[in-house]
Amino acid sequence: MTYLIQGETGDWEVVVGLEVHAQAITNSKLFSGAPTTFGAEPNQNVALVDAAMPGMLPVINEIAIEQAVRTGLGLRAVINRTSVFERKNYFYADLPQGYQISQFLHPIVGEGTVTVDLADGTSRDIGVERLHLEQDAGKSMHDQDPTRTMIDLNRAGVVLMEIVSKPDIRTPEEAGAYVKKMRAIIRYLGTCDGNMEEGSMRADVNVSVRPVGETELRTRVEVKNVNSVRFVMQAIEIEAARQVDVWEEGGEVVQETRLFDAHKGETRPMRTKEFAHDYRYFPDPDLLPIRLEEDFIEKIRASLPELPDDKKARFISELGLSAYDAGVLVADRDTAAYFEEAAKGHDAKQVANWLTTNLFGALNKLDLEIGASPISATHLGELVGLIEDDTISSRIAKDVFEEMLATSKSPEAIVEDKGLKQITDTRAIEAIVDQVIADSPDQIADVQGGNEKGIGWFVGQVMKASQGKANPGQVNGLLRKKLLG
Amino acid sequence: MSLTKDDVRKIAFLARIRVPEERLEPMAGELNNIVGWVEQLAEVNTDGVEPMTSVVETETPLRADVITQRAISDKILANAPDGEGSFFAVPKVVE
Repeated sequence: MTYLIQGETGDWEVVVGLEVHAQAITNSKLFSGAPTTFGAEPNQNVALVDAAMPGMLPVINEIAIEQAVRTGLGLRAVINRTSVFERKNYFYADLPQGYQISQFLHPIVGEGTVTVDLADGTSRDIGVERLHLEQDAGKSMHDQDPTRTMIDLNRAGVVLMEIVSKPDIRTPEEAGAYVKKMRAIIRYLGTCDGNMEEGSMRADVNVSVRPVGETELRTRVEVKNVNSVRFVMQAIEIEAARQVDVWEEGGEVVQETRLFDAHKGETRPMRTKEFAHDYRYFPDPDLLPIRLEEDFIEKIRASLPELPDDKKARFISELGLSAYDAGVLVADRDTAAYFEEAAKGHDAKQVANWLTTNLFGALNKLDLEIGASPISATHLGELVGLIEDDTISSRIAKDVFEEMLATSKSPEAIVEDKGLKQITDTRAIEAIVDQVIADSPDQIADVQGGNEKGIGWFVGQVMKASQGKANPGQVNGLLRKKLLG
Repeated sequence: MSLTKDDVRKIAFLARIRVPEERLEPMAGELNNIVGWVEQLAEVNTDGVEPMTSVVETETPLRADVITQRAISDKILANAPDGEGSFFAVPKVVE
């Protein structure tokens, strides 16, 4: 699907690259033994290294290396056997060292690929340029005091993986799909919790525009710290439109960093730091290059879980799901696990249906995650089982479902307690059918006069008389036999 | 490579070192001497030689991912010129 901006002078194409900052799941920080727990009291999670006390030396956390490699493998990327930590020099109050330890010329992970799934059912590959490890900065709070800024260093030194895409993205939708897929992959891998509200995953968006047909890239603008999928898409729309206006008015887009203001629906330049981009990187003399052994990488590769793309392919080929349903189910690891549990021994398509339409709707209303669903995966599977073996009709199943939602009871128990078992005994159904026929001479004349659709009315009456428990197929058959011969 | 007075001013700013105006010119001269001396090294052919990252041949030490540092915020904050509760406080940084 193409996304073009119609300007005064013609159509413009949007070129987007994303930098995703994902906080790696570790117990301790990248270079110190301080904890990484979210929401601790200010400056409680700070070691002497994190506060940059003189003489303190960083020591690399081995799990941070492992998480970066695992993520790289999940992105089908090249793992670099040698990588180097460098110092990125700048002054800011929440960066006590005066430099951020990051990777520059030699990142731990090289080129990879993320396949994004689009709304029209197609997929596209977006290139990953690199993934590098770096330490996070502390947090500045500007609104606590009129003359001072408060600094909390709890986050300083926490392990970040910065994942840089190639400028392959051409529409806001692709950008949104890329962030969603990235989040799914790192959550499957267990390398980041992907929680954008708490800031453990955030994105910087690089946007440029060019007239359709032009092959050179024009100047890009970096929109910082966009913290939801929706905002990523909005920020691109708004920033691209702004740039088209600038070019068409004869101006020039300048390379700068802008902030996205979702409230006002605009991007605006960040305080222009003089020489802001002169970081004077150099290898950190306190840290030797990281050298990875082949068997270390292979051991991690062997322990990778089934990833969303593979799972989706399997759901389609082995379970017969539609590409759309499969995509929805694998988007979240917990949902996929729930589905697989529920579908054990039952019709997968039916289970998928109940999950995506009924359960998702209900959870949405209750504002619950799938992990907190009042209906367990086993129970949902059993419900489908009861429909499959004709114990209940799908209409009754909807009532049972509501009851399961309210009470968390098993569907069998509910069917038993409420006497909802489907009536499949032909004689019992026949008795009801006969009664309905006897009560409705006018409608009989109608049906026998040629209006076959009138049968539907009779089916409805019988179902009503049986409180929904008669097997609709049998009812239909009996009525046709009796009324149409 | 030759450094100008403006280069020195910029480097000093980036490093947050105050250099009086009248010192910029002489300092450019001093720095150029150092750079010139270092540039002699470029005359040595280093084709196929890995950059030396450490004077000791040793493996990168790695740390187990365990918490070894519990809350010591009183020590962390002890020498801060200003604070509020358990925050550091610094002159307002305008965003």
